[in-house]
Amino acid sequence: MANFQGSKMNPKRFSVSHLKFYIILIPLSIFMILPVVMVINNAFKPLGELFAFPPTIFVKNPTMKNFRDLFTLSGTTGVPMTRYLFNSVMITLMTVVINLIITVSAAYAFSKKKFRLKNAMFGLNQMALMFVATAVAVPRYIVIVQSGLINTWLAHILPLIAMPVGLFLVKQFVDQIPNALIEAAIMDGAKDFRIIQKIIIPLTRPALATSIVLTFQSVWNATEASNNFITDETMRTLAFYLGSLSTNNNVAAQGMAAAASVLLFLPNLIIFVLMNTQVMNTMAHSGIK
Amino acid sequence: MEQLQSIPEQKNRVKKRMKKDGYRTLLLLFPYGLLFCTFIAIPIIVAIGLSFTYFDVINPPKLAGLTNYIVLITQDEAFLKFVLPNTFKYALIVGPGGYVLSFLLAWMLAQVQRVPRTILSLAIYTPSMLGNVFIGVIWKTVFSGDQRGIFNHLLMELDMIDQPIQFLLSPDYLMNIMIFISLWSSMGIGFLAMISGILNINEELYEAAYVDGMRNRFQEIFYITIPSMKPQMLFGAVMAIVNAFNMGWIGVTLSGMNPTPGLAGQLITNHIDDYGFLRYEMGYAAAVSVALLLIVTMFSKVAHGLFGDKED
Repeated sequence: MANFQGSKMNPKRFSVSHLKFYIILIPLSIFMILPVVMVINNAFKPLGELFAFPPTIFVKNPTMKNFRDLFTLSGTTGVPMTRYLFNSVMITLMTVVINLIITVSAAYAFSKKKFRLKNAMFGLNQMALMFVATAVAVPRYIVIVQSGLINTWLAHILPLIAMPVGLFLVKQFVDQIPNALIEAAIMDGAKDFRIIQKIIIPLTRPALATSIVLTFQSVWNATEASNNFITDETMRTLAFYLGSLSTNNNVAAQGMAAAASVLLFLPNLIIFVLMNTQVMNTMAHSGIK
Repeated sequence: MEQLQSIPEQKNRVKKRMKKDGYRTLLLLFPYGLLFCTFIAIPIIVAIGLSFTYFDVINPPKLAGLTNYIVLITQDEAFLKFVLPNTFKYALIVGPGGYVLSFLLAWMLAQVQRVPRTILSLAIYTPSMLGNVFIGVIWKTVFSGDQRGIFNHLLMELDMIDQPIQFLLSPDYLMNIMIFISLWSSMGIGFLAMISGILNINEELYEAAYVDGMRNRFQEIFYITIPSMKPQMLFGAVMAIVNAFNMGWIGVTLSGMNPTPGLAGQLITNHIDDYGFLRYEMGYAAAVSVALLLIVTMFSKVAHGLFGDKED
């Protein structure tokens, strides 16, 4: 019988036996981020270096010219970049905020209220976890046209608000809050709004942070609405603009595309790094039973 | 106060409160429910309805019975010869492949200390948080068809090829590159869920198993780790499947055209876009969408069969 020395999971101290994992994990991690590092370097390359032969990964004479071009030239679409950026920021902000409010109230109802068809409805949401948006691109287009939302911010925002994964994760977390706590609050005369504000939100921070990260990623990087529901160039987003820059063969556009990539990538990274601990905390409760 | 009321009165009060609570519950659920129905549930029903019609967006839909489905499974050569086999090949490698990979990585990450684990997992997670446009920019630079493309340059330096290869326009390479990139970017929230799942397994379980005669780490994985984190394994599986199908745009982004060159990278999602938004044959596109939904459901049924609770 082997003498047990702990499961070796989540070790506190370094041991030589970890080396075999590092030998695989470190090169792999470098490989995973190398392409990203390369594009970030491209953004700071002067045009000569960007098209140099042989191609290089790291920048030698960094310059901000690509960023200046990006902000001052109106590229190929005739609309200045700041307009796309403004659209993206506003759309993302509104989507994240509305999503948060709607998700937390629905999660609270699903977890702590009793009503008919509750399990069936949550089951429906669970089925929708495997929802593939492309499959309903056509009907969504019809819904947007019929409701007159074409060429509005709402065409970007509304389709992305109900996010089944977000509701699923937050509800799993609200389940952890003891019912006695809610009952005590009701005894003290608290209404639903106060319960959500004073109990649910403070105690489900990690899940809400995760929901924010996921919503942010899906809306900030989205091009579906810009492609399908928007015909007015001034209503499209930064992600869409990057796409049109990158398919352009113009030399200056390539430098601008690299700069726009960085602009698009940074908020993703910042938000995830800020929320990292909270996200990992949520994932412990992510299981489907 | 309440003790002083007669029992019927009390019951009445509770009933009233429940009724009031019913309205409040409805109010809490309404916004999510409305948007869920408008943009997820109803579109799925509309897609099923439209799949039985001929619809060109301009004229109202005309009933066409099963015509679209019959055409789809008997006459659409592109669908039968390329789209369907491509989709299965791609989804089978990227879905289960990405899934196994994320479990193995999560397991290895659980074996090292906290700080390096956080840094390494962030690096591995990074590709999955990039949007499709950004991923397109990155890999178009790497696989660019002229000698300035990094991969071409590398191969030429190593004397493995004489002429640069048009990777992204070549039917021979496109599919493999798509699979490679999708795997690269598939370590998303399913992967994070697995790390947490592994870290949260009770230490005593391992101890008990070793006392009972478990001998090595492979047994540990199969008898303790995986069974103890079945719910996370299922969540990860569903996310892996969805991710595989949601990455469908990749071939079109890389090659810059829909349909992709030689239909080599044509997936079912591209076929929907092609008919829906390029040819405006919405009825037919809807029938292809229904086929897609069926395929995704089938994949997820398998995942539930493997990891789900048998009681439900």
